[in-house]
Amino acid sequence: MEAYLSLFLRAVFVENLALSFFLGMCTFLAISKKIETALGLGIAVLLVQVITVPVNNLIFQYLLKDGALAWAGLPDVDLSFLGLISYIGVIAAIVQILEMIIDRYFPKLYNALGVFLPLITVNCAILGGSLFMVERDYNFAESVVYGVGSGFGWALAITALAGIREKLKYSDVPDGLQGLGITFITVGLMSMAFMLFSGIQL
Amino acid sequence: MSDSPKSVLLNPLLNNNPVTLQVLGICSALAVTSKLSTALIMCLALTVVTAFSNLFISFIRHQIPANIRIIVQMTIIASLVIVVDLFLKAYAFELSKQLSVFVGLIITNCIVLGRAEAFAMKNGPMLSFLDGIGNGLGYSVILIIVGTLRELFGSGSLLGHKILPLITEGGWFDPVGIMLLPPSAFFIIGLLIWAVRSWKKDQIEKAEYQIHQVHRTEIL
Repeated sequence: MEAYLSLFLRAVFVENLALSFFLGMCTFLAISKKIETALGLGIAVLLVQVITVPVNNLIFQYLLKDGALAWAGLPDVDLSFLGLISYIGVIAAIVQILEMIIDRYFPKLYNALGVFLPLITVNCAILGGSLFMVERDYNFAESVVYGVGSGFGWALAITALAGIREKLKYSDVPDGLQGLGITFITVGLMSMAFMLFSGIQL
Repeated sequence: MSDSPKSVLLNPLLNNNPVTLQVLGICSALAVTSKLSTALIMCLALTVVTAFSNLFISFIRHQIPANIRIIVQMTIIASLVIVVDLFLKAYAFELSKQLSVFVGLIITNCIVLGRAEAFAMKNGPMLSFLDGIGNGLGYSVILIIVGTLRELFGSGSLLGHKILPLITEGGWFDPVGIMLLPPSAFFIIGLLIWAVRSWKKDQIEKAEYQIHQVHRTEIL
Protein backbone atom coordinates (compact mmCIF):
# COMPACT_ATOMS: atom_id res chain seq x y z
CA MET A 1 0.00 0.00 0.00
CA GLU A 2 2.79 2.38 0.95
CA ALA A 3 4.50 1.73 -2.34
CA TYR A 4 1.40 2.92 -4.20
CA LEU A 5 1.11 6.01 -2.06
CA SER A 6 4.71 6.94 -2.74
CA LEU A 7 4.24 6.24 -6.46
CA PHE A 8 1.26 8.59 -6.43
CA LEU A 9 3.14 11.37 -4.65
CA ARG A 10 6.12 10.96 -6.95
CA ALA A 11 3.88 11.22 -10.01
CA VAL A 12 2.19 14.36 -8.67
CA PHE A 13 5.13 16.32 -7.30
CA VAL A 14 8.57 14.92 -8.01
CA GLU A 15 7.92 13.80 -11.58
CA ASN A 16 5.24 16.31 -12.45
CA LEU A 17 4.52 15.80 -16.16
CA ALA A 18 4.17 19.49 -16.92
CA LEU A 19 6.86 21.05 -14.77
CA SER A 20 9.65 18.50 -14.78
CA PHE A 21 9.13 16.70 -18.09
CA PHE A 22 7.53 19.59 -20.00
CA LEU A 23 4.77 17.48 -21.45
CA GLY A 24 1.58 19.01 -22.73
CA MET A 25 3.32 22.37 -22.90
CA CYS A 26 1.45 23.68 -25.93
CA THR A 27 -1.94 23.47 -24.26
CA PHE A 28 -0.34 24.30 -20.94
CA LEU A 29 0.78 27.70 -22.22
CA ALA A 30 -2.12 28.38 -24.57
CA ILE A 31 -5.06 27.59 -22.30
CA SER A 32 -3.99 28.96 -18.95
CA LYS A 33 -5.31 32.50 -19.08
CA LYS A 34 -8.34 31.85 -16.87
CA ILE A 35 -8.60 29.60 -13.82
CA GLU A 36 -12.00 28.21 -14.83
CA THR A 37 -10.99 26.95 -18.26
CA ALA A 38 -7.66 25.72 -16.92
CA LEU A 39 -9.45 23.71 -14.25
CA GLY A 40 -11.85 22.26 -16.83
CA LEU A 41 -8.99 21.22 -19.05
CA GLY A 42 -7.12 19.81 -16.07
CA ILE A 43 -10.08 17.63 -15.12
CA ALA A 44 -10.47 16.45 -18.71
CA VAL A 45 -6.80 15.46 -18.87
CA LEU A 46 -7.11 13.68 -15.53
CA LEU A 47 -10.14 11.71 -16.79
CA VAL A 48 -8.46 10.66 -20.01
CA GLN A 49 -5.19 9.84 -18.27
CA VAL A 50 -6.93 7.63 -15.68
CA ILE A 51 -8.48 5.55 -18.45
CA THR A 52 -5.75 5.47 -21.11
CA VAL A 53 -2.72 4.57 -18.99
CA PRO A 54 -4.26 1.35 -17.58
CA VAL A 55 -5.79 0.41 -20.95
CA ASN A 56 -2.46 0.90 -22.71
CA ASN A 57 -0.86 -1.09 -19.91
CA LEU A 58 -3.15 -4.05 -20.64
CA ILE A 59 -2.43 -3.77 -24.36
CA PHE A 60 1.29 -3.67 -23.71
CA GLN A 61 1.30 -6.55 -21.23
CA TYR A 62 -0.97 -8.92 -23.15
CA LEU A 63 -0.45 -8.06 -26.81
CA LEU A 64 2.73 -6.15 -27.60
CA LYS A 65 5.44 -7.08 -25.12
CA ASP A 66 8.14 -9.54 -26.15
CA GLY A 67 6.59 -12.98 -25.62
CA ALA A 68 3.27 -11.48 -24.52
CA LEU A 69 1.34 -13.45 -27.11
CA ALA A 70 2.29 -16.74 -25.43
CA TRP A 71 -1.35 -17.20 -24.42
CA ALA A 72 -2.26 -17.30 -28.10
CA GLY A 73 0.40 -19.90 -28.81
CA LEU A 74 2.88 -17.43 -30.32
CA PRO A 75 5.67 -17.14 -27.72
CA ASP A 76 8.28 -15.80 -30.14
CA VAL A 77 6.36 -12.81 -31.42
CA ASP A 78 7.53 -9.34 -30.40
CA LEU A 79 5.12 -6.65 -31.50
CA SER A 80 6.57 -3.82 -29.40
CA PHE A 81 7.41 -1.83 -32.56
CA LEU A 82 3.67 -1.37 -33.01
CA GLY A 83 3.54 0.35 -29.63
CA LEU A 84 3.36 3.99 -30.70
CA ILE A 85 0.62 3.51 -33.25
CA SER A 86 -1.54 1.41 -30.92
CA TYR A 87 -1.22 3.82 -27.98
CA ILE A 88 -2.16 6.83 -30.04
CA GLY A 89 -5.04 4.84 -31.54
CA VAL A 90 -6.29 3.92 -28.08
CA ILE A 91 -5.98 7.52 -26.93
CA ALA A 92 -7.85 8.89 -29.95
CA ALA A 93 -10.58 6.28 -29.58
CA ILE A 94 -11.01 6.81 -25.83
CA VAL A 95 -11.15 10.56 -26.19
CA GLN A 96 -13.84 10.11 -28.85
CA ILE A 97 -15.87 7.70 -26.68
CA LEU A 98 -15.49 9.86 -23.61
CA GLU A 99 -16.69 12.84 -25.60
CA MET A 100 -19.84 11.00 -26.65
CA ILE A 101 -20.55 9.70 -23.13
CA ILE A 102 -20.08 13.07 -21.50
CA ASP A 103 -22.20 14.72 -24.19
CA ARG A 104 -25.01 12.21 -23.56
CA TYR A 105 -25.03 12.03 -19.76
CA PHE A 106 -23.31 15.15 -18.43
CA PRO A 107 -24.21 17.96 -20.84
CA LYS A 108 -23.14 20.60 -18.33
CA LEU A 109 -19.63 19.22 -18.06
CA TYR A 110 -19.58 18.82 -21.85
CA ASN A 111 -20.31 22.48 -22.38
CA ALA A 112 -17.71 23.47 -19.82
CA LEU A 113 -14.98 21.39 -21.48
CA GLY A 114 -16.00 22.47 -24.97
CA VAL A 115 -13.27 22.29 -27.55
CA PHE A 116 -10.60 21.04 -25.13
CA LEU A 117 -11.85 17.49 -25.08
CA PRO A 118 -10.96 16.58 -28.69
CA LEU A 119 -7.70 18.52 -28.36
CA ILE A 120 -6.56 16.15 -25.63
CA THR A 121 -5.74 13.56 -28.30
CA VAL A 122 -2.71 15.59 -29.26
CA ASN A 123 -1.72 16.50 -25.73
CA CYS A 124 1.71 15.00 -25.23
CA ALA A 125 1.09 14.55 -21.51
CA ILE A 126 -1.33 11.73 -22.30
CA LEU A 127 0.92 9.89 -24.74
CA GLY A 128 3.91 10.68 -22.52
CA GLY A 129 2.18 9.08 -19.54
CA SER A 130 1.62 5.89 -21.51
CA LEU A 131 5.19 5.85 -22.82
CA PHE A 132 6.68 6.34 -19.36
CA MET A 133 4.44 3.56 -18.10
CA VAL A 134 5.87 1.25 -20.77
CA GLU A 135 9.45 2.37 -20.23
CA ARG A 136 9.24 1.74 -16.47
CA ASP A 137 7.35 -1.53 -16.96
CA TYR A 138 4.60 -0.83 -14.42
CA ASN A 139 2.15 -3.61 -13.59
CA PHE A 140 -1.59 -3.01 -13.85
CA ALA A 141 -2.17 -1.67 -10.32
CA GLU A 142 0.86 0.63 -10.57
CA SER A 143 -0.34 1.92 -13.92
CA VAL A 144 -3.72 2.86 -12.41
CA VAL A 145 -2.00 4.78 -9.61
CA TYR A 146 0.44 6.39 -12.05
CA GLY A 147 -2.43 7.42 -14.35
CA VAL A 148 -4.30 9.12 -11.50
CA GLY A 149 -1.15 10.73 -10.09
CA SER A 150 0.27 12.09 -13.33
CA GLY A 151 -3.12 13.41 -14.46
CA PHE A 152 -3.66 15.06 -11.11
CA GLY A 153 -0.20 16.60 -11.18
CA TRP A 154 -0.81 18.09 -14.62
CA ALA A 155 -4.18 19.50 -13.54
CA LEU A 156 -2.56 20.99 -10.45
CA ALA A 157 0.19 22.63 -12.48
CA ILE A 158 -2.10 24.22 -15.08
CA THR A 159 -4.48 25.54 -12.43
CA ALA A 160 -1.59 27.06 -10.50
CA LEU A 161 -0.22 28.72 -13.64
CA ALA A 162 -3.65 30.11 -14.50
CA GLY A 163 -3.87 31.57 -11.00
CA ILE A 164 -0.56 33.34 -11.47
CA ARG A 165 -1.43 34.58 -14.95
CA GLU A 166 -4.72 36.06 -13.75
CA LYS A 167 -2.77 38.26 -11.37
CA LEU A 168 0.01 38.83 -13.85
CA LYS A 169 -2.14 40.64 -16.36
CA TYR A 170 -2.23 43.69 -14.10
CA SER A 171 1.53 44.00 -14.02
CA ASP A 172 3.66 46.22 -16.21
CA VAL A 173 5.55 43.84 -18.47
CA PRO A 174 8.06 45.07 -21.11
CA ASP A 175 6.45 45.12 -24.58
CA GLY A 176 8.48 42.35 -26.17
CA LEU A 177 7.97 40.07 -23.21
CA GLN A 178 4.20 40.57 -23.12
CA GLY A 179 2.15 37.39 -23.37
CA LEU A 180 4.18 34.36 -24.34
CA GLY A 181 7.57 35.59 -23.17
CA ILE A 182 6.59 36.38 -19.60
CA THR A 183 4.61 33.14 -19.39
CA PHE A 184 7.73 31.18 -20.24
CA ILE A 185 9.67 32.91 -17.49
CA THR A 186 6.85 32.33 -15.00
CA VAL A 187 6.73 28.64 -15.85
CA GLY A 188 10.51 28.50 -15.46
CA LEU A 189 10.21 29.88 -11.93
CA MET A 190 7.39 27.46 -11.13
CA SER A 191 9.43 24.58 -12.42
CA MET A 192 12.33 25.69 -10.20
CA ALA A 193 9.98 25.64 -7.23
CA PHE A 194 8.86 22.13 -8.12
CA MET A 195 12.48 21.03 -8.33
CA LEU A 196 12.67 21.40 -4.57
CA PHE A 197 10.63 18.21 -4.38
CA SER A 198 13.25 16.32 -6.32
CA GLY A 199 15.39 15.55 -3.29
CA ILE A 200 12.52 13.83 -1.54
CA GLN A 201 12.82 10.07 -1.44
CA LEU A 202 9.64 8.26 -0.56
CA MET B 1 1.10 35.18 -47.01
CA SER B 2 2.40 34.79 -50.54
CA ASP B 3 2.75 31.20 -51.65
CA SER B 4 6.00 31.27 -53.57
CA PRO B 5 8.12 28.23 -52.72
CA LYS B 6 10.87 30.40 -51.32
CA SER B 7 8.65 32.23 -48.86
CA VAL B 8 7.01 28.96 -47.82
CA LEU B 9 10.43 27.57 -47.02
CA LEU B 10 11.94 30.63 -45.36
CA ASN B 11 9.04 32.30 -43.57
CA PRO B 12 8.91 29.86 -40.64
CA LEU B 13 12.56 30.55 -39.84
CA LEU B 14 11.96 33.94 -38.30
CA ASN B 15 8.79 35.72 -39.35
CA ASN B 16 6.43 32.91 -38.44
CA ASN B 17 8.57 30.71 -36.24
CA PRO B 18 6.70 27.65 -34.95
CA VAL B 19 8.17 27.87 -31.46
CA THR B 20 8.35 31.58 -30.68
CA LEU B 21 5.22 32.73 -32.50
CA GLN B 22 2.86 29.86 -33.19
CA VAL B 23 3.51 28.31 -29.71
CA LEU B 24 3.87 24.84 -31.19
CA GLY B 25 6.17 21.98 -30.29
CA ILE B 26 7.46 23.42 -27.08
CA CYS B 27 7.57 20.24 -25.00
CA SER B 28 10.46 18.67 -26.81
CA ALA B 29 12.19 22.01 -27.37
CA LEU B 30 12.65 22.18 -23.62
CA ALA B 31 13.31 18.59 -22.73
CA VAL B 32 16.02 17.54 -25.16
CA THR B 33 18.19 20.66 -25.21
CA SER B 34 20.53 20.06 -22.29
CA LYS B 35 23.03 18.73 -24.84
CA LEU B 36 23.63 19.87 -28.39
CA SER B 37 23.89 16.35 -29.81
CA THR B 38 20.43 15.27 -28.64
CA ALA B 39 19.00 18.58 -29.83
CA LEU B 40 20.49 18.04 -33.31
CA ILE B 41 19.09 14.53 -33.62
CA MET B 42 15.71 15.75 -32.48
CA CYS B 43 15.73 18.54 -35.10
CA LEU B 44 16.62 16.10 -37.82
CA ALA B 45 13.94 13.62 -36.76
CA LEU B 46 11.27 16.28 -36.50
CA THR B 47 12.13 17.91 -39.84
CA VAL B 48 11.97 14.57 -41.62
CA VAL B 49 8.66 13.63 -40.02
CA THR B 50 7.03 17.01 -40.65
CA ALA B 51 8.18 17.15 -44.27
CA PHE B 52 7.03 13.64 -45.16
CA SER B 53 3.78 13.75 -43.21
CA ASN B 54 2.95 17.00 -45.01
CA LEU B 55 3.83 15.38 -48.33
CA PHE B 56 1.72 12.24 -47.82
CA ILE B 57 -1.24 14.01 -46.28
CA SER B 58 -1.21 16.49 -49.11
CA PHE B 59 -1.29 13.64 -51.65
CA ILE B 60 -4.46 12.17 -50.19
CA ARG B 61 -6.05 15.39 -48.99
CA HIS B 62 -9.02 15.11 -51.37
CA GLN B 63 -9.76 11.54 -50.31
CA ILE B 64 -9.78 12.06 -46.53
CA PRO B 65 -13.33 12.42 -45.13
CA ALA B 66 -13.45 15.55 -43.00
CA ASN B 67 -14.74 14.03 -39.77
CA ILE B 68 -12.14 11.30 -39.43
CA ARG B 69 -9.22 13.32 -40.76
CA ILE B 70 -7.46 13.60 -37.39
CA ILE B 71 -7.24 9.82 -37.07
CA VAL B 72 -5.99 9.46 -40.64
CA GLN B 73 -3.35 12.14 -40.06
CA MET B 74 -2.37 10.54 -36.77
CA THR B 75 -1.90 7.16 -38.42
CA ILE B 76 0.37 8.60 -41.10
CA ILE B 77 2.39 10.54 -38.55
CA ALA B 78 2.64 7.61 -36.15
CA SER B 79 3.90 5.32 -38.92
CA LEU B 80 6.58 7.85 -39.89
CA VAL B 81 7.65 8.25 -36.28
CA ILE B 82 7.95 4.48 -35.87
CA VAL B 83 10.24 4.42 -38.92
CA VAL B 84 12.39 7.22 -37.48
CA ASP B 85 12.44 5.56 -34.06
CA LEU B 86 13.57 2.21 -35.44
CA PHE B 87 16.16 3.95 -37.62
CA LEU B 88 17.62 5.76 -34.60
CA LYS B 89 17.65 2.56 -32.56
CA ALA B 90 19.59 0.86 -35.33
CA TYR B 91 22.17 3.55 -36.13
CA ALA B 92 22.40 5.81 -33.06
CA PHE B 93 21.45 3.61 -30.17
CA GLU B 94 23.12 5.70 -27.43
CA LEU B 95 21.38 8.89 -28.55
CA SER B 96 18.04 7.19 -28.89
CA LYS B 97 18.43 5.96 -25.29
CA GLN B 98 19.04 9.52 -24.13
CA LEU B 99 16.06 10.85 -26.02
CA SER B 100 13.95 8.10 -24.36
CA VAL B 101 10.26 8.81 -24.86
CA PHE B 102 10.75 12.04 -26.75
CA VAL B 103 11.18 10.42 -30.15
CA GLY B 104 7.79 8.79 -29.67
CA LEU B 105 6.38 12.10 -28.58
CA ILE B 106 7.05 13.58 -32.03
CA ILE B 107 3.64 12.06 -32.82
CA THR B 108 1.96 14.52 -30.52
CA ASN B 109 4.33 17.34 -31.35
CA CYS B 110 1.86 20.01 -32.32
CA ILE B 111 4.10 21.26 -35.15
CA VAL B 112 3.51 18.09 -37.16
CA LEU B 113 -0.24 17.92 -36.75
CA GLY B 114 -0.58 21.70 -36.81
CA ARG B 115 1.14 22.01 -40.20
CA ALA B 116 -0.75 19.00 -41.56
CA GLU B 117 -4.04 20.60 -40.57
CA ALA B 118 -3.19 24.18 -41.47
CA PHE B 119 -1.12 23.75 -44.61
CA ALA B 120 -1.02 20.26 -46.11
CA MET B 121 -4.81 19.91 -46.21
CA LYS B 122 -5.03 22.99 -48.43
CA ASN B 123 -1.92 22.96 -50.61
CA GLY B 124 -0.22 20.77 -53.18
CA PRO B 125 2.38 18.11 -52.34
CA MET B 126 5.51 20.07 -53.32
CA LEU B 127 4.58 23.22 -51.42
CA SER B 128 3.54 21.16 -48.41
CA PHE B 129 6.84 19.32 -48.44
CA LEU B 130 8.71 22.64 -48.46
CA ASP B 131 6.48 23.98 -45.70
CA GLY B 132 7.30 20.91 -43.63
CA ILE B 133 11.02 21.43 -44.14
CA GLY B 134 10.69 25.14 -43.40
CA ASN B 135 8.87 24.60 -40.15
CA GLY B 136 11.24 21.83 -39.19
CA LEU B 137 14.12 24.25 -39.74
CA GLY B 138 12.39 27.01 -37.79
CA TYR B 139 12.07 24.61 -34.88
CA SER B 140 15.68 23.51 -35.36
CA VAL B 141 16.99 27.07 -35.17
CA ILE B 142 15.46 27.54 -31.72
CA LEU B 143 16.55 24.11 -30.52
CA ILE B 144 20.12 24.61 -31.70
CA ILE B 145 20.42 28.04 -30.08
CA VAL B 146 19.04 26.75 -26.78
CA GLY B 147 21.08 23.55 -26.96
CA THR B 148 24.31 25.45 -27.70
CA LEU B 149 23.81 27.90 -24.83
CA ARG B 150 22.88 25.18 -22.36
CA GLU B 151 25.72 22.84 -23.18
CA LEU B 152 28.34 25.57 -23.52
CA PHE B 153 27.59 27.28 -20.21
CA GLY B 154 26.32 24.23 -18.36
CA SER B 155 29.21 21.89 -18.97
CA GLY B 156 31.73 23.99 -20.89
CA SER B 157 31.68 21.82 -23.97
CA LEU B 158 30.00 21.56 -27.36
CA LEU B 159 29.03 18.19 -28.83
CA GLY B 160 31.22 16.66 -26.11
CA HIS B 161 34.37 18.63 -27.08
CA LYS B 162 35.81 20.87 -24.37
CA ILE B 163 35.52 24.55 -25.26
CA LEU B 164 35.79 26.25 -21.91
CA PRO B 165 38.28 24.56 -19.53
CA LEU B 166 36.55 23.75 -16.24
CA ILE B 167 37.90 24.73 -12.83
CA THR B 168 37.67 21.14 -11.68
CA GLU B 169 40.09 20.21 -14.45
CA GLY B 170 42.52 23.06 -13.84
CA GLY B 171 40.88 25.62 -16.14
CA TRP B 172 39.12 28.88 -15.30
CA PHE B 173 35.47 28.25 -16.16
CA ASP B 174 33.00 27.61 -13.35
CA PRO B 175 30.07 25.77 -14.93
CA VAL B 176 26.65 27.33 -14.47
CA GLY B 177 24.79 24.43 -12.91
CA ILE B 178 21.31 25.73 -13.57
CA MET B 179 21.90 25.56 -17.32
CA LEU B 180 21.74 21.78 -17.12
CA LEU B 181 18.50 21.86 -15.15
CA PRO B 182 15.13 22.06 -16.91
CA PRO B 183 14.02 25.58 -15.82
CA SER B 184 16.88 27.25 -17.67
CA ALA B 185 15.31 26.21 -20.97
CA PHE B 186 12.22 28.22 -20.09
CA PHE B 187 14.29 31.30 -19.28
CA ILE B 188 16.35 31.03 -22.47
CA ILE B 189 13.30 30.62 -24.70
CA GLY B 190 11.50 33.41 -22.84
CA LEU B 191 14.42 35.78 -23.39
CA LEU B 192 14.79 34.59 -26.99
CA ILE B 193 11.17 35.53 -27.61
CA TRP B 194 11.91 38.92 -26.10
CA ALA B 195 14.88 39.38 -28.41
CA VAL B 196 12.96 38.35 -31.54
CA ARG B 197 10.04 40.58 -30.67
CA SER B 198 12.19 43.61 -29.91
CA TRP B 199 13.52 43.23 -33.43
CA LYS B 200 10.24 42.32 -35.18
CA LYS B 201 7.88 44.74 -33.48
CA ASP B 202 4.77 43.41 -35.23
CA GLN B 203 4.95 40.16 -33.25
CA ILE B 204 4.36 41.90 -29.94
CA GLU B 205 1.16 40.78 -28.21
CA LYS B 206 -1.27 43.39 -26.95
CA ALA B 207 -1.63 43.61 -23.20
CA GLU B 208 -5.04 42.51 -21.94
CA TYR B 209 -5.12 45.21 -19.34
CA GLN B 210 -3.84 48.67 -20.09
CA ILE B 211 -2.07 50.38 -17.23
CA HIS B 212 -3.14 53.98 -16.92
CA GLN B 213 -0.34 56.32 -17.92
CA VAL B 214 0.26 58.80 -15.14
CA HIS B 215 2.02 62.02 -16.02
CA ARG B 216 4.49 63.43 -13.59
CA THR B 217 2.45 66.60 -13.27
CA GLU B 218 -0.57 64.64 -12.01
CA ILE B 219 1.38 63.28 -9.05
CA LEU B 220 2.89 66.59 -8.09
